[in-house]
Amino acid sequence: MKVLVPVKRVIDYNVKARVKADQTGVDLANVKMSMNPFDEIAVEEAVRLKEGKEHHAAGTASEIVVVSIGVTQAQETIRTALAMGADRGILIQSDADLEPLAVAKLLKAVVEEEKPDLVLMGKQSIDGDNNAVGQMLAALLDWPQATFAAKLEIAGGKATVTREVDGGVQTLSAPLPAVVTVDLRLNTPRYASLPNIMKAKKKEIAMKAVADYGVDVAPRLKVQKVTAPPTRSAGIKVADAAELVSKLKTVGAL
Amino acid sequence: MAVLVIADHDGSTVRDTTHKTVTAALAIGGDVDVLVVGQGSKAAADAAAKISGVRKVLLAESGELAHTLAEAVTATVVGLAGGYDAVVSPATMDGKNVMPRIAAKLDVAPISDIIEVVSADTYVRPIYAGNALETVQTSDAKKVITVRATSFAPAAEGGSAPVEAVAGQDAGKAAFVSEEMVKSDRPELGAAKIVVSGGRALGSAEEFSAVIEPLADKLGAAVGASRAAVDAGYAPNDYQVGQTGKVVAPGLYVAVGISGAIQHLAGMKDSKVIVAINKDADAPIFQVADFGIVGDYKTVVPELMAALG
Repeated sequence: MKVLVPVKRVIDYNVKARVKADQTGVDLANVKMSMNPFDEIAVEEAVRLKEGKEHHAAGTASEIVVVSIGVTQAQETIRTALAMGADRGILIQSDADLEPLAVAKLLKAVVEEEKPDLVLMGKQSIDGDNNAVGQMLAALLDWPQATFAAKLEIAGGKATVTREVDGGVQTLSAPLPAVVTVDLRLNTPRYASLPNIMKAKKKEIAMKAVADYGVDVAPRLKVQKVTAPPTRSAGIKVADAAELVSKLKTVGAL
Repeated sequence: MAVLVIADHDGSTVRDTTHKTVTAALAIGGDVDVLVVGQGSKAAADAAAKISGVRKVLLAESGELAHTLAEAVTATVVGLAGGYDAVVSPATMDGKNVMPRIAAKLDVAPISDIIEVVSADTYVRPIYAGNALETVQTSDAKKVITVRATSFAPAAEGGSAPVEAVAGQDAGKAAFVSEEMVKSDRPELGAAKIVVSGGRALGSAEEFSAVIEPLADKLGAAVGASRAAVDAGYAPNDYQVGQTGKVVAPGLYVAVGISGAIQHLAGMKDSKVIVAINKDADAPIFQVADFGIVGDYKTVVPELMAALG
């Protein structure tokens, strides 16, 4: 089984985003960038499907292809995935910040070329917070989707996925090929070892351009402005519980 | 103009998130219809008909829609979308699951988790874990939008809209296997007026139950948790408050033993009053807390219970 894992280069999750003074966006100059945390979980699960870790049978995945769409530096993100155990990469270069619809259309073109049995990807990127690309890709391919996966089992041409839903979990079964988006609790991603980082340098990354895919990526949304959220006024520290209760009563919170 | 709201319901009643989404839909403008999807959901449709401002309620029932799987719901909504300028749903797990699929089928860019309607084509939404607010204008003729319910007031009751049956569609891809819901008598986390949340400092599931739950019960509050507490197994997954869990904005949010990571703050910093109890005076949670107590929860929480009487 071939697995395609889309990954995104995003601001590191520990960095607090700062809005530019001219309100055109978030300042990403000299900010630490990393692989989107959910995508790391997707790569880890793909590698486990190959290695036979946890409850997976060894060799469930035969090849793992990682694809990223973004600036040239997104190669580093792909290298990270290769060092974790993916086999090869594809970078579709774009300096524009593409919308989920455009990304889904490009990924559809990659799926048609690569013909994977499973697309495993993060449920959302921590920059755009859209939580949309996986669902949109599934729609464009007319494949089943299983979003917010907390557990994945592959057997008999089917993916059985336990999903996080409001109020608990739901398990569904989807025939392959399918799109599965992963949630935080699916696994704990590994750190790439130094020898694996060295080996990853020899793995292939195919460099592509958006134009290679003949897909309309024109934006549908115009960002009018990006502003900082209202700041909360500074609070006070109180000495003990009794004072806390009296303050809460004063402000009408109790 | 007409707007279709996809109801969040449990088969017999509609959740508060539906009322709040109707408010957002009314702000977009035009006639607002509510779609109730799901087998055996007539009572929920009747409840939706009582929401003030609703023109009519559409009820789509079929066996395939029993578990609101994305493929079947998408086919049902896309079949109705021709008559609407916008399709709107609360940004619940169900809404997030299905709305982008609908958008892609309609070839439009979805707009996720809006917190404000500026005009019929312009919306404000948080990005970067709520550290920036983006105002976007869409050029799509049809809009597909999810609504952050906590940012809108609930529409009042008092309407009497007619309920019409519409055809449910089956798309026959994925199949439902089972579900396991967490049972709770406490208020629902997303709609609670008071939330008491525990973090990693609690140290164990037993301690979490022994400390957080009695305090929540005393306050009539819902129980929440940080990701660290959920990952460590102290609390169930759906208690998680944050960027990737639930977003809450109660009147009072009490954070016990939570440091206040960016991802947690994303889920609660719009609460009206925030109280932090933490023994680390430098914890980031104190930067957003209205009232903070620096101290060990083991002594502070019992004192707080006593002070509440």
